[in-house]
Amino acid sequence: MGNNKQVWQSLLACIAVYALMQALITFDVIGPFWQLNIVLVCINIILAVSLNLINGFTGQFSIGHAGFMAVGAYVGAVLTVKFQLPFIVAILGGAAAAGFLGFMIGLPTLRLDGDYLAIATLGLGEIIRITILNIPYVGGASGFMGIPRYTSFTWVFFLTVFTVLFIRNFINSTHGRACISVRENQIAAEAMGVDTTKYKVMAFTIGAAFAGVAGTLFAHYFYIAHPASFTFMKSFDILTIVVLGGLGSISGSITAAILLTFISAALAGYPEWRMIIYSLMLIVLMLYRPQGLFGNREISLKMFGRLMGGNKRGTTEGN
Amino acid sequence: MALLKATKLSKVFGGLKAVSNFDVTIEKGELIGLIGPNGAGKTTAFNLLTGVYEPTTGEIEFDGKSMLGLKPYQITQHGLARTFQNIRLFSELSVLDNVKIAYHFHVKYGILESVLRIGRYHKEEAEIEKKAIALLEIFKLADKKDEIAKNLPYGEQRRLEIARALAAQPKLLLLDEPAAGMNPQETQELMKMIKWIKQEFDLTILLIEHDMSLVMNVCERIYVLEYGSIIAQGIPEEIKNNPRVIEAYLGEEVD
Repeated sequence: MGNNKQVWQSLLACIAVYALMQALITFDVIGPFWQLNIVLVCINIILAVSLNLINGFTGQFSIGHAGFMAVGAYVGAVLTVKFQLPFIVAILGGAAAAGFLGFMIGLPTLRLDGDYLAIATLGLGEIIRITILNIPYVGGASGFMGIPRYTSFTWVFFLTVFTVLFIRNFINSTHGRACISVRENQIAAEAMGVDTTKYKVMAFTIGAAFAGVAGTLFAHYFYIAHPASFTFMKSFDILTIVVLGGLGSISGSITAAILLTFISAALAGYPEWRMIIYSLMLIVLMLYRPQGLFGNREISLKMFGRLMGGNKRGTTEGN
Repeated sequence: MALLKATKLSKVFGGLKAVSNFDVTIEKGELIGLIGPNGAGKTTAFNLLTGVYEPTTGEIEFDGKSMLGLKPYQITQHGLARTFQNIRLFSELSVLDNVKIAYHFHVKYGILESVLRIGRYHKEEAEIEKKAIALLEIFKLADKKDEIAKNLPYGEQRRLEIARALAAQPKLLLLDEPAAGMNPQETQELMKMIKWIKQEFDLTILLIEHDMSLVMNVCERIYVLEYGSIIAQGIPEEIKNNPRVIEAYLGEEVD
């Protein structure tokens, strides 16, 4: 079956990329600075793809993603530091806690639409952060210190692949189509027998759970979980990636996450210029491609085929 | 037993009685028309039947069960699908995906199965695809299945909306002005198609329409609505000669 062949091809490609990167890291070709950025890229991909499920596919404009990330970071850290549990339990725990919170918050707030939902989620993100700030058990304002560095390239890479596959498969099923129908026309979706509330809450819960995974990975890479890492600015950073890549495009989110993380890393040497160049780029992109880099399209092998075909025609015309 | 029975339905918006004492009984296999001048409350009546509005008073019974207090999606799952006066397609999605979404509540595979691509996922997806394409073929849209819905010409968008409603496999189909904005030739074709799908899918149909030729030709019985209440009902011949209907449409005669 062609379907199976494609799965094997993508799996092989993933393993090849992983082997290459891991080899480069092991033989010190990639220095610690770029290693850190590669881990950040992967965490940003998890965050962006999961937010895209909520904002891009289900059309519910949420800007409180950093809050769920914080929950994942702190719950994961408590599990490894205070309870001495293995990393995998911490990741699952962080995801479950963030997902549960997303579910609880989603039920009441997803009755709201558009701007109102955006404001509500923005507020909720801040409430989570302020709450953590006032819990001495997890370090309060000085942050949760002494977290072991369990996050390695292997962990982030395979969890990123898992996230992307999970959300891609979800979107390409009847459940994903139900989410997309909510974005397209809520009244028509209801009239077609789609329980819109259920699917809004479901997208919100899944998105929040993966933000929790990203949070756990984040905390276990930087030895510390600090409330200042999870302000609404972080939420906006993730939102920027999603919008830049294209609402409703997983490939877009991945590309934008790589692009923005590396640009901000490359500009780290010029701190005074960094924000200016970064924002100028965003302005230019929004002027010329307001739908984001990919719109709502995905990269596929077919697309490459068409691109090649197009080029061929171009050259023959040139001759 | 009647398939749909609405008794003494009314809907009050603030001080305005949009629909009052709305009584309709539809037997299985009938093709019923609902007509009335602009603003008579036809679409409001539709919205009451499909659960978009909750009736102020009255009772709706469908297939022997009360539909009161159910959400629109639950009513659709009971077998009552509709189209809209102002087309409501999933406009950014492909024609095929529009139809696929309507199969949603018939699908049995769960989230885990869809994420891991195991169990019933592949079999059911293939089945949906096959059914959806077969349905599009009936509506002469199969060759446009990958087209984005909003790029279709108006008449085809109307057809797609009916195809989508049928994909939900309803017992009763509500059509809200299916011929709105169509030219006489398209209306003719639509008329034939409505008759045909009723036979083919073993459907009961209730339609709102302004085009009198369509209503008089295809409907077996007609209800006339004015100022929110039913003023007449009967076979097309009776309705044509009913003085109250003529008065509602053309105004009173001057002595």
